[in-house]
Amino acid sequence: MAVSDDIELVVEDTELPRRLKDKVYSVINEKGVTDIEDADQIARQVEREYVDTRVDPLDPVGTVSAQSIGEPGTQMTMNTFHYAGVAEIDVTQGLPRLIELVDARKTPDTPTMTVHLDEEHAENREKAHEVVWKVEATRILALGDVSTNVADMLVRIDLNEETLRERWPTVESLEIIVTEIADTIEGELGVETYHQETMIEFGPDEPSYRDLLQLVEELRDIVFKGIGDISRVVIRKEDREDGDGQEFVLYTEGAAFKKVLEIEGVDASRTTTNNIHEVYRVLGVEAARERIIEETMDTLEEQGLGDVNIRHLMLVADIMTNRGTIESIGRHGISGNKESVLARAAFEVTVNHLLDAAVHGESDELDGVTENVIVGKPIRLGTGDVTLRMGSTASDE
Amino acid sequence: MQTPKDISSIDFGLMDPETYRDMSITKVITADTYDDDGFPIDMGLMDPRLGVIDPGLECPTCGQRSGSCPGHFGHIELAAPVIHVGFSKRVRRLLRGTCRECSQLLLTAEERGEFRDRLQRTIELGDDQSDVMKAAIRQARKKDQCPHCGEKQFDIKHEKPTTYYEVQDVLTNEYPELIAAAMQGEAIGDEDPESVSREPKSPDELANETGIDLSRINEILSGTFRPRPEDRKSIESALSADLTEEDMNKLMASDIRDWFEDIPDEDLSVLGIDPDNSRPEWMILTVLPVPPVTARPSITLDNGQRSEDDLTHKLVDIIRINQRFMENREAGAPQLIIEDLWELLQYHVTTFMDNEISGTPPARHRSGRPLKTLSQRLKGKEGRFRGSLSGKRVNFSARTVISPDPTLSLNEVGVPRRVASEMTQTMNVTERNVGEARQYVRNGPNSHPGANYVKRPDGRRLKVTQKNCEELAEKVQAGWEVNRHLVDGDIVIFNRQPSLHRMSIMAHEVVVMPYKTFRLNTTVCPPYNADFDGDEMNMHALQNEEARAEARVLMRVQEQILSPRFGENIIGAIQDHISGTYLLTNENPSFNETQALDLLRATRVDELPEPDHVEGETEYWTGRTLFSELLPDGLNLEFTSSTGDTVVVENGQLMDGTVDEDAVGAFGGEVVDTICKQYSTTRARMFVNEVAALAMRAIMHFGFSIGIDDESIPRNAQAEIEETIDNAYDRVEELIEVYENGDLESLPGRTVHETLEMKIMQALGKVRDTAGDIVGDHFGSDNPAVVMAQSGARGSMLNLTQMAGCVGQQAVRGERINRGYENRTLSHYQEDDLGADAHGFVESSYRNGLSPREFFFHAVSGREGLVDTAVRTSKSGYLQRRLINALSELETQYDGTVRNTKDTIVQFEFGEDGTSPVKVSSDKDHEIDIEGITESVLEAEFEDEGVAFLGEERDATDTRTNLSERMDATMVQGDD
Repeated sequence: MAVSDDIELVVEDTELPRRLKDKVYSVINEKGVTDIEDADQIARQVEREYVDTRVDPLDPVGTVSAQSIGEPGTQMTMNTFHYAGVAEIDVTQGLPRLIELVDARKTPDTPTMTVHLDEEHAENREKAHEVVWKVEATRILALGDVSTNVADMLVRIDLNEETLRERWPTVESLEIIVTEIADTIEGELGVETYHQETMIEFGPDEPSYRDLLQLVEELRDIVFKGIGDISRVVIRKEDREDGDGQEFVLYTEGAAFKKVLEIEGVDASRTTTNNIHEVYRVLGVEAARERIIEETMDTLEEQGLGDVNIRHLMLVADIMTNRGTIESIGRHGISGNKESVLARAAFEVTVNHLLDAAVHGESDELDGVTENVIVGKPIRLGTGDVTLRMGSTASDE
Repeated sequence: MQTPKDISSIDFGLMDPETYRDMSITKVITADTYDDDGFPIDMGLMDPRLGVIDPGLECPTCGQRSGSCPGHFGHIELAAPVIHVGFSKRVRRLLRGTCRECSQLLLTAEERGEFRDRLQRTIELGDDQSDVMKAAIRQARKKDQCPHCGEKQFDIKHEKPTTYYEVQDVLTNEYPELIAAAMQGEAIGDEDPESVSREPKSPDELANETGIDLSRINEILSGTFRPRPEDRKSIESALSADLTEEDMNKLMASDIRDWFEDIPDEDLSVLGIDPDNSRPEWMILTVLPVPPVTARPSITLDNGQRSEDDLTHKLVDIIRINQRFMENREAGAPQLIIEDLWELLQYHVTTFMDNEISGTPPARHRSGRPLKTLSQRLKGKEGRFRGSLSGKRVNFSARTVISPDPTLSLNEVGVPRRVASEMTQTMNVTERNVGEARQYVRNGPNSHPGANYVKRPDGRRLKVTQKNCEELAEKVQAGWEVNRHLVDGDIVIFNRQPSLHRMSIMAHEVVVMPYKTFRLNTTVCPPYNADFDGDEMNMHALQNEEARAEARVLMRVQEQILSPRFGENIIGAIQDHISGTYLLTNENPSFNETQALDLLRATRVDELPEPDHVEGETEYWTGRTLFSELLPDGLNLEFTSSTGDTVVVENGQLMDGTVDEDAVGAFGGEVVDTICKQYSTTRARMFVNEVAALAMRAIMHFGFSIGIDDESIPRNAQAEIEETIDNAYDRVEELIEVYENGDLESLPGRTVHETLEMKIMQALGKVRDTAGDIVGDHFGSDNPAVVMAQSGARGSMLNLTQMAGCVGQQAVRGERINRGYENRTLSHYQEDDLGADAHGFVESSYRNGLSPREFFFHAVSGREGLVDTAVRTSKSGYLQRRLINALSELETQYDGTVRNTKDTIVQFEFGEDGTSPVKVSSDKDHEIDIEGITESVLEAEFEDEGVAFLGEERDATDTRTNLSERMDATMVQGDD
């Protein structure tokens, strides 16, 4: 940054946060301000406006944030609807999704991923499809028809040549593909297979009608290619985030974040999932926090409530991740881990908390809000937290 | 006992039976409550020493009267120990984790140290201690033998709720046969005959091997002698045979108590049990405290009969059984009867604690209603904790129906005279206000600005009555307190449930009014989410200066104009106000002097500006000029209105554009928002008030109404719509035909049927859109529905389309209506009819009326909406409760960090930059305008000294917002 040391000194001297300082530098550069006095005036003026917008000390931001998220909850829809028309991935939306996020469920109702591709694969539809087949689970029904021959006690698979070519784009010979499929079946089911061109045949060791049907059942579950958890992938052409042309993006039904990140062609830095816990496991708690904010914001935005200030969501995400793991908001998480016995008893499962407290010989220090409401003391929040006050009479001295 | 004034902390623990006895005022031995004369029986459940509930009586224990006597505990000496149900799980764990012989924890010294450290760590981290206890018990349970005394340990079986068995191996009753068979070398019991290879043994050999006398062996074989456990073991090893069977040995509460008494303190602390406050044997009750009568008052019914509290009933049961138990034991009753009585006593004590234990039939009242015992009193929404302790009730509150009053300022509330004379404010009489105070008292309690009570300096409170008011008024002097009625200008708190955000509770200034409803300015409806279809609201009169000052500075409506949710105004013009300003400014009509003055008559403006144009003799003012009169000087703005044109405000003059929802509306009206942020909340309040007043006059000037004729469209338009509908029907038929022929290509990831549904929905969706366009084309911009939709006052073009054009597809769960009969929605259709009309497409408009079938489908879809709302309110209510509970302790500190009340830092700076969501809206346009500042600084070089910066526009009135609104008139003079 080409700002003189003096100007830098002046700007750094203000109380501005990093983001605004950087912006001041860039504007100063742009406008070619060189005079120290001017720079000082600009910095002070920006600082004054910033200070003016700062939160007041002792502001009960927690309650305000909780209200700011809870209140629009009453305006959200209950049912999850899917877009008509375009082939879309069904995702839980609205209030149920918000509840799911705040609950920090281990797996979301509808897990999904947004897989971005690296330079090489993002531009080219063929290349992108290569990745699709590595991601989407390929099961036997997608490859061909399965029929049972009861007379000879055989399961017969007629593979569709076209689909094989499509799903194994890099393999030249059809023979190799069919052998590979047959090998997978042998490995998974422990049967001997016979294959010829696009036909595979196998049967149970001993002729048994039940075993035959059992084999067909098991055959259906075998994943020949891709990741088992991912049942569907939709590919879409989208504008790049940096506005630099278009790229192919994959949307998946089902999530396997860690496995997908390892696949060649996937841009791990931009790929995400809506499963917060998976993000936490793979990328850590900071990433999980970021994801909580993004997911809640997306949920609100989708419902036309995008005007909710993101700072409220940050606070919720921060308290959920405050202990280094993801905690839910409620009985099993933050509220249940509160130090105060009375606060816990007043929230849910009253009697158990009291009995446990008795056995452990716990002591309630009456620091929080609920406890003080219960014992009838002023709460230490907002104007109740101010200890300094002006003397009202002369005799106070 | 002294009740503490200020509680600094509360300790929890179990209570020692000795403490029970000490604190008890009497032992309770009689199950009867009152004698034949209606007097309470001594040492009975209603013993007067337990406290008084009848007014007028004096408590024999503490000498206080009903109301101030807190009540005193009694106690029942239980004939035998019983288990406290609440601890049944812990009792089980302790039984499993400690030795049956020496009561020590079944853990080696090393393991103990490990768990002690883990517990320490858990407490430091503030996690759940129970987890460590569970883990320690699990570890201890694995041991078959006590690591300390070597005693063999047995499994403990717990039969809910309070029965425990030790699963022991004991000699079977068939031992003679088994031993004999084993001596023959045969297989015994469940053994597999093929796999057993046992050497036959003679009695001699057996006697030798086991060291038991041969005669004993013979006695054993004949079944006349039961071998002792040691002998059994040696016989078993000699014969390598199992002579035992599992037996459940019931552990009586007294046994458990003895067992627990021996558990050493150090072992308890490993399990997270505090030995000083909670010895485990105290989990088994030998003494039962009897709650004071104040906790279980009896009610006298109209017919003079007494009805006892549920707890009293339960206590009667306990005492009865207790008595019977003791009598039977003394009489030497058989063990079986004693055990039955013991179990019965256990049951009664259990249900006294908790009457909702699974597996136990709840104790019932004579009428069949389950009794409400201790746990039930604490639990749930109406329980002691959530209902009574967290939910405080207050005095000085009022509730009534609300109705609108546009003549009030948004800071005010109309309070009915009756309410105002009931709610009082305390006046401290001084020399300066003694005259005023006397006048209030003289007016008495019944005429409005009167007084209800006076308080003398000696603390005596006197009621002001019609009779004594004159007399009392003379006596009032400095040092007295007078509880006077609410008068205009007092500050009160006003609230509408559900209180979802902080704007649901705001402070208003009182305006005393006739009639019986609270009156509000309509512009405060959005924050309260109120309407006037019968809504009721609550009012609270504040009772001390601190509260009044806080309310005035922090809670007054004008201080809440900006919502912290999105950082823009939530108070602004609504509905007709917006239609009004739209009519006034959209086509910019002109008004003559009389008209202009009439429009502005409800505002502070008393002088018209320069006329815009003069025609002949008459001067004319345009709507925009008149609107500009309300804007503060120096306001500069440019934005796009919801009508679509660009609004330009230069130096407080509306130059161009339509003033509509985006300008002055609630929820982010640009002008209101800017005035609030750049000037002051007082200025914003005046602006909103005046916009509402001007808009009302404007809409009355033009006249504004909507009727059924306003939605009628010409015949050709109707025909056009019918044609599009017909086309869509054809298209649907076509799709169905393709589908039925099996030629429909399915979309990726969808079945063919889903694809068809989607395509049909698309086709029919388009119909409504086209109908909307046709309808829109045929209504001029002077159509009232269009005016309202365009200005954002109410309704949308979609509503208009549905009224005038076509209602469109009805949907359930986002799909066409598919439920009803088998394979069809209604019996009016063929089975498997996929057509548009058979699945809820409504081609009529609301104006033309729906056909019966259409009406039905419309109702189906409407019902879904209703169900959705009902489910949503409960779900979101719970979500909000959880959020508030989790976040309520967070607060910004002086150092800018966000911490909870335990001082744990949650954020180093709120929202990453420390800015307040009230002052910064989330959208990017409202960032600090660094470029603008830079430019103004640079330009300033060429101008004079003393540059006016953006920030300095803030009004001087800002500092005086805490004054009553009635003072504003004098204070804001010269603002424009």
